[in-house]
Amino acid sequence: MAINYIYPEYEVVRNYDRCISCRVCERQCANLVHHYDTKRGKMICDESKCVACHRCVALCPTRALKIVKSDHTFKENANWTGEKITNIYRQAESGGVLLASMGTPKNYPVYWDKILINASQVTNPSIDPLREPMETKVFLGHKNDKIVRDQYGRIKCDETPQLELQVPVMFSAMSYGSISYNAHKSLAMASKKLGIYYNTGEGGLHEDFYEYGPNTIVQIASGRFGVHPDYLKAGAALEIKMGQGAKPGIGGHLPGAKIVGDVSKTRMIPEGSDAISPAPHHDIYSIEDLRQLVYTLKEATNYTKPVIVKIAAVHNVSAIASGVARSGADIIAIDGFRGGTGAAPAAIRDNVGIPIELALASVDKRLRDEGIRNDVSLVVGGSIRSSADIVKAIALGADAVYIATSALIALGCHLCRSCHSGRCNWGIATQRPDLVKRLNPEIGSEKLVNLIHAWQHEIKEMMGGMGINSIEALRGNRAMLRGIGLTREELDILGIKHAGE
Amino acid sequence: MKRVYVNEEWCLGCHLCEYNCAFANSNEDDMILACKDKSLDARITIEDRDDGVHFAVNCRECKDPLCLKSCIAGAIFRDGDMIRIDKDRCVLCYSCIMACPYGALRPTKEKVMGKCELCTDNGRKTPACVEGCPNKAIVFEER
Amino acid sequence: MEYVIIGNSYAALGCINGIRSVDKTSHITMITKEHYPSYARPVISYVLCGKAKEENIYLRPQEFYEENNITVLTDSEVVQINPEAHLLKLSNGNDVSYDKLLIATGSSPFIPPMKGLENVKDKFSFMTLDDMKSVEKAVNKKKNVLIIGAGLIGLKAAEGLLERVKSITVVDLAPRVLPSILDEEASKIVQKELEDKGIKFHLGCSASEFKENSAILTTNEEISFDVLILAVGVRPNIKLAKDAGIECGRGIIVDDMSRTSSPDIYAAGDVCEQKELTLKENRIIAIIPNATLQGETAGVNMAGEEKHFTNPVAMNAIGFFGSHIITAGTYTGEAEVISDESFYKKFFIKDDKLKGFILMGRAVDRAGIYTAVVRNETSLSSIDWNTLKEKPSLAAFALKERKSMLAKEV
Repeated sequence: MAINYIYPEYEVVRNYDRCISCRVCERQCANLVHHYDTKRGKMICDESKCVACHRCVALCPTRALKIVKSDHTFKENANWTGEKITNIYRQAESGGVLLASMGTPKNYPVYWDKILINASQVTNPSIDPLREPMETKVFLGHKNDKIVRDQYGRIKCDETPQLELQVPVMFSAMSYGSISYNAHKSLAMASKKLGIYYNTGEGGLHEDFYEYGPNTIVQIASGRFGVHPDYLKAGAALEIKMGQGAKPGIGGHLPGAKIVGDVSKTRMIPEGSDAISPAPHHDIYSIEDLRQLVYTLKEATNYTKPVIVKIAAVHNVSAIASGVARSGADIIAIDGFRGGTGAAPAAIRDNVGIPIELALASVDKRLRDEGIRNDVSLVVGGSIRSSADIVKAIALGADAVYIATSALIALGCHLCRSCHSGRCNWGIATQRPDLVKRLNPEIGSEKLVNLIHAWQHEIKEMMGGMGINSIEALRGNRAMLRGIGLTREELDILGIKHAGE
Repeated sequence: MKRVYVNEEWCLGCHLCEYNCAFANSNEDDMILACKDKSLDARITIEDRDDGVHFAVNCRECKDPLCLKSCIAGAIFRDGDMIRIDKDRCVLCYSCIMACPYGALRPTKEKVMGKCELCTDNGRKTPACVEGCPNKAIVFEER
Repeated sequence: MEYVIIGNSYAALGCINGIRSVDKTSHITMITKEHYPSYARPVISYVLCGKAKEENIYLRPQEFYEENNITVLTDSEVVQINPEAHLLKLSNGNDVSYDKLLIATGSSPFIPPMKGLENVKDKFSFMTLDDMKSVEKAVNKKKNVLIIGAGLIGLKAAEGLLERVKSITVVDLAPRVLPSILDEEASKIVQKELEDKGIKFHLGCSASEFKENSAILTTNEEISFDVLILAVGVRPNIKLAKDAGIECGRGIIVDDMSRTSSPDIYAAGDVCEQKELTLKENRIIAIIPNATLQGETAGVNMAGEEKHFTNPVAMNAIGFFGSHIITAGTYTGEAEVISDESFYKKFFIKDDKLKGFILMGRAVDRAGIYTAVVRNETSLSSIDWNTLKEKPSLAAFALKERKSMLAKEV
């Protein structure tokens, strides 16, 4: 096409008084934004290629760079925003689906930010976590309704397989392929150090990571990539992926270009072939079908590992969860619509699903109402951004949370939302060897461990403030939450009172 | 003794170590003053291969230093486990360059031979190259 | 154990180093004809031109000898070695006994018989600190200097003197400068550089006759001068050894443990010849690294441990007026030249090995990487020679090699 309607979204601002032409920006930009112009003897840039990932800014030793949003604008229009117009240009040009990565950036309400946490004053005094024991350990899995004793009268506590977490946080599913070997290794190493779990996603388990099996959740998704008996046995738990918050109702598509080398081997598909995960599991059209897969997996692993069923938060999530709870699953993972993705159609990501806060509250209530809450543990994900989000999620009824975007941010992700380009400058969402090596798992795992330790400290502080010394006593403790700026309907769904009530 | 060692698999070829080195040894308190519009005066070199392999090379502080044994002026000397250059004695004859199997020496702007002295001569605890390495591709440790 | 070293230069110091790496205490005697303990002989030309200070020329401080239990006998000449009695006779009549002896007597200027040389008043060699001091006294801005010999000594003398005299003329029988170190191409470049600085050359001829202040060349030209420097060549000082019945070729023959044919007598440095690596033939390799390493090897073996020095190779770093040349090995095998305006390099390759090289201009950077390829007899097919010859780099080596160089203690 002769005319290009797509104008640069960002401007690279270089302070030439500070720039020493060391060219680190040039060497570190996989998008080829910067280059040294020998004629002019200075660095210049092509900002149309910039995705605002900040790699150059972070590595510039003289802080000579910043990336700003271009103020180049269309004529103001509240309805026809620049983004809407540009997207039409793009699609009119390409005829294709607009792809997007990571969680939706749209301005939907974030209920976490409209919920406030309680603290004790005078009565029921607060607890100082630095002086008194504070329990953040949780067990995930089916809990028996009544205490079972053996022939000697001792309590039997290993009736059903459980996942033991030192902190109620797990790293949620990201496949090897969507993220790099080093990103996976960072997650695996950190999980081991933290006494928590990471999740393979549906890319299979690289043979190097079998040693992290006791801290690995192995996923079985609709494409069944990388699934084989040793894979199932390697993990601490098995997760059936029914849906993903960022793209409920659709499958996945990892382009053949990324199915190279070990990725192909680990997924057990030929190099260069597209990895297409179907929208549904073609063997699951009912809760009964799901139950069959749950029990197939339990059978395959000799009933030693809990089975997780992961669903996206959609309109009827509570009814779906109720069904899943009856399928024999030990844990239900619910993924909210703000959850991340390595690649999804923007239209789906930005418009399908519901917020995790509402989904969690309604699922927890429904399961309690039906008397089956103890049959399953609830793990929620889809944009858990801080320790406060975790405290609120647990008080709304979750047993633990899944984090992925937060973990990637700890690894250096700057949320440039260009994962689908495969040119992740931070070595996370890429398979390009020169980029993958940018993430040293020794550094990455340390950052993850630091983050979770920091959050653990904060969770203890907040629990202590409420006079609670155990996560168990916080779970579903909605009295500890108050809404702010929420409608009566929203408060009802969340099952919390308004601030001041 | 702690030395600078290379973890080649993590070297990105960003060359920041060279600039951090030049800055640390420049007597300036601002990298811009130290490096802007000047030729790079670093004691560590990044080698880049076309196949994406990069690694840093600096003085290995050899136990059997050929530079010292080749120095005509007695300017290269052993100081504990370290090899140092006496600037007053160096006549810049290049004998050490001829001998060093690592190519770790190069003349400085002051017209004497220069090499990495592990930042012991500029008041740092850890070599600037190691401190500034974004990916632990060079480490300062005992091996 | 009583160690004696005849000589005060790099081989002697290497020997002390070697002895002390094994035997920390036994007494060492260092005997030198000169008035000084160890000093940096090649630095004399730099002292002349002011690039080095005379007080910095001494390779070790006085305390070094005291702390290391070393007696230095200066102004002392050994006139006889008695291997049976393990005894040295000095010119002053004193005897010095030894258990282990190192002969590191180096070499002396060789002055061929030249007609009328006795008529020249101000004539000097340029090997020692005393030579330098004498030259320094004899020259000033009004003096014309004639140097016989366009080898390393002659040219370094020329460089050192250039700013301090009125003119310098260099004469050599060979048709080019540095004939024993450089190839024709490189010689030309060096000669041009020196001529640009004002040094005049008369090559391919010699002085057929000297008058008091002039020389008549074989070309019948007459060159007047005030100061004459004779730098025709050097001869190893092997007389002592020869008289003692020690096996000699052009130099004292030593093995890779620096042993001579006589028990308890070792030799190192310019005085000896050893099997050269690239030719596998005995050669005198009169360079500092070699002297140091031979001396060190001798020292370790003298002190009772075993050390072998198996890869002696000639290597030279030569610089004139800030431009540098580095050479190593021998110029045997197939030659390959890579050059442009700013550099010149020539490699000599035989049997998949780098036998020698000449590097000039900016090609000297990181030259030691090439030297190591020669010294280690690295098989060129085991490395990326095509990359390496363009640019000296460790990147040309395999991962395992790189790791052993950069990720381990060396």
